[in-house]
Amino acid sequence: MSYIWTLAEQANGHLKQVSFELLTRGRKLADSLDTKLASLLIGNGVSAEALRELIQSGADEVYYVEDPRLASFSCETYSNIMVELIKTYQPHTILAAATSSGRTLMPYVAVKVKTGLTADCTELDIEETTGNLLQTRPAIGGNILATIKTPNHRPQMATVRPKSTRPPEPDADRDGKIINVPFKEEWLDGRVEFLGYRKDAGDFENIEEADIIIAGGKGMKKAENFKMLRRLSDSLEGMVGATRDAVDRGWIGYSHQIGLSGKTVSPKLYIGAGISGSIQHLAGIKTSEIIVSINNDPEAPLHKIADFAIVGDLFNVLPELQKRLEGGK
Amino acid sequence: MNIIVPIKQVPETSNVKMDPETGTMVRSGVESVVNPLDLYALEAALSLKDSHGATVTAVTMGPPKARKVLDMAISMGCDDGVLVSDRKFGGADTWATSYTLSEAIKALGNVDLIIAGERATDGDTAQVGPGIAAWMILPLATYISDIEVESEKCLIVERLVEEGYERLRLPLPALITVVKEIASPRLPTLRGKKKAMQTEIRTLSTENLTLESTNLGLKGSPTKVVKIETPKVTRGGTVVEAMDDASVTEAVDRLMDFLRQREVV
Ligand SMILES: Cc1cc2nc3c(=O)[nH]c(=O)nc-3n(C[C@H](O)[C@H](O)[C@H](O)COP(=O)(O)OP(=O)(O)OC[C@H]3O[C@@H](n4cnc5c(N)ncnc54)[C@H](O)[C@@H]3O)c2cc1C
Ligand SMILES: Cc1cc2nc3c(=O)[nH]c(=O)nc-3n(C[C@H](O)[C@H](O)[C@H](O)COP(=O)(O)OP(=O)(O)OC[C@H]3O[C@@H](n4cnc5c(N)ncnc54)[C@H](O)[C@@H]3O)c2cc1C
Repeated sequence: MSYIWTLAEQANGHLKQVSFELLTRGRKLADSLDTKLASLLIGNGVSAEALRELIQSGADEVYYVEDPRLASFSCETYSNIMVELIKTYQPHTILAAATSSGRTLMPYVAVKVKTGLTADCTELDIEETTGNLLQTRPAIGGNILATIKTPNHRPQMATVRPKSTRPPEPDADRDGKIINVPFKEEWLDGRVEFLGYRKDAGDFENIEEADIIIAGGKGMKKAENFKMLRRLSDSLEGMVGATRDAVDRGWIGYSHQIGLSGKTVSPKLYIGAGISGSIQHLAGIKTSEIIVSINNDPEAPLHKIADFAIVGDLFNVLPELQKRLEGGK
Repeated sequence: MNIIVPIKQVPETSNVKMDPETGTMVRSGVESVVNPLDLYALEAALSLKDSHGATVTAVTMGPPKARKVLDMAISMGCDDGVLVSDRKFGGADTWATSYTLSEAIKALGNVDLIIAGERATDGDTAQVGPGIAAWMILPLATYISDIEVESEKCLIVERLVEEGYERLRLPLPALITVVKEIASPRLPTLRGKKKAMQTEIRTLSTENLTLESTNLGLKGSPTKVVKIETPKVTRGGTVVEAMDDASVTEAVDRLMDFLRQREVV
């Protein structure tokens, strides 16, 4: 029986949290098919302890391809590696994260190995009768959930939405194999040259990774007032989000935009203040665990989908909330 | 420079309302428009045309009525529009769509740069751009927020990723997908609209493309949609009013209780 694979991700030699979330998904699939779970990592400078953490979190095997030239993501080189390993080991299923690199690499690889790819899944299951992977994903701005199969092609490939599941509790006693796959020169593509990170990245923030997001819309009235949200997000150890209207007015940078033409977020807690809840904005927040809405219009659509709605003036409610959070009770 | 911009027609969503009872989209009177994120790809191509000189061709795959989005692209300033259309292309997933589009683009010859949108607002996979690059064995740079022309044969681009912005040197020919930050899309002009009326749209189909028939449409698609559901959007949450000072205090009290109970603070 061929294995389930997850594609682990690293940055500067550190494993990203989403690598562990994928193991939660992969373990479940491997158990229901009674097969093994392997994690593939391409990168540089990841410590042996970190690799063991993948085993402790559910992987039976870890394949690590390491070279200084793999330190930063290269779609062409990474795909050469994956294509060869897929041909050699013929996995049953490959899961990667729906991140900037996963969403770039996986479609490139799927074309090369002639198989299907389902995007940004939020649920994965095994169909009992066939052993096929059932891949469920939101589409059309989260207004529908489509379940997709790849019945006649192998491997079955899917990207999985970050934060759509929790990482497993590590088990220090779990055993597994760590296999160092020697890097081959012929894998190196070298056409695209990585020059570095931009130093001045403005008010850039990766809100997709936030557990708590406090977002503001046009009801915040001006850029100055976003400082209120920043203070709240600092107290909550969260990040600040925004609607397109707020971003277009220059109140905050594009990396904070949530919705159809911005980021899709799945935090534990989303608080929206002065946000009407347009269908395009809702498209980006529907998989949040808890939604809180603060808006003085009782008819605001965001109130309708909120778990907790405060009908009131945000300029009264937010400072009161700040006081409570700082007061510690 | 020869630039190709693949654009998709999608249902217009700005006027769409949700039915709060059933959680479905109210679809009446929904029109098709250019995928909003493709307007940024068009703008990126047209600003390269303005600054460095280029021929910009918009390409769309879809039913005959998809030509409407090509008219829009030409009225913004594109030089040409190509419709990739055939009944055999219907129902294609991203694998089959990117195959067909890559063959159409190859048939147009001589491309230096392909600029795709970040993703389509309906299918929302973001897979077609990378797929085209893979079929054409082109270098790929996704989520591009800035383009500098280093030379005829080379771009310096910035890529928006989780950690910030990467800078890359990208040799041409190549494929990039762009994010909204790249530029604000220009509006169609009257002159452009006239030009669109006069421009003949070329159609590519199984008749004038050499295609592997097993790679086309629904039949040639490795993925199959087996079920569609509409998730309920109404959460039936607590609603509290906070219209005066006393009720603000009480509302925030209750919010804090709620957050503590759900273990987020
Ligand atoms: C193709 C397309 C893509 C789009 N993509 C996105 C996207 O990615 N993200 C996005 O957010 N939007 C997107 N939009 C825009 C979207 O349609 C809405 O225009 C936008 O979300 C509205 O932003 P808002 O809620 O900040 O503003 P508004 O809709 O104007 O809402 C402001 C709210 O603030 C409330 N308010 C005002 N004053 C106060 C106060 N003192 N106290 C409390 N409440 C107050 C008002 O009652 C109102 O409900 C897109 C639109 C299109 C057509
Ligand atoms: C509910 C639902 C879920 C789906 N899920 C999947 C899935 O998980 N995997 C899968 O393989 N297919 C899936 N499909 C099929 C997929 O939507 C179609 O193949 C679609 O034609 C292209 O994908 P997209 O809309 O995601 O475009 P994206 O890949 O998001 O589009 C990215 C860019 O590619 C270009 N582009 C895309 N389509 C065209 C076109 N027709 N003509 C010109 N340029 C274009 C544009 O520049 C666009 O901005 C799904 C379809 C539906 C209805």
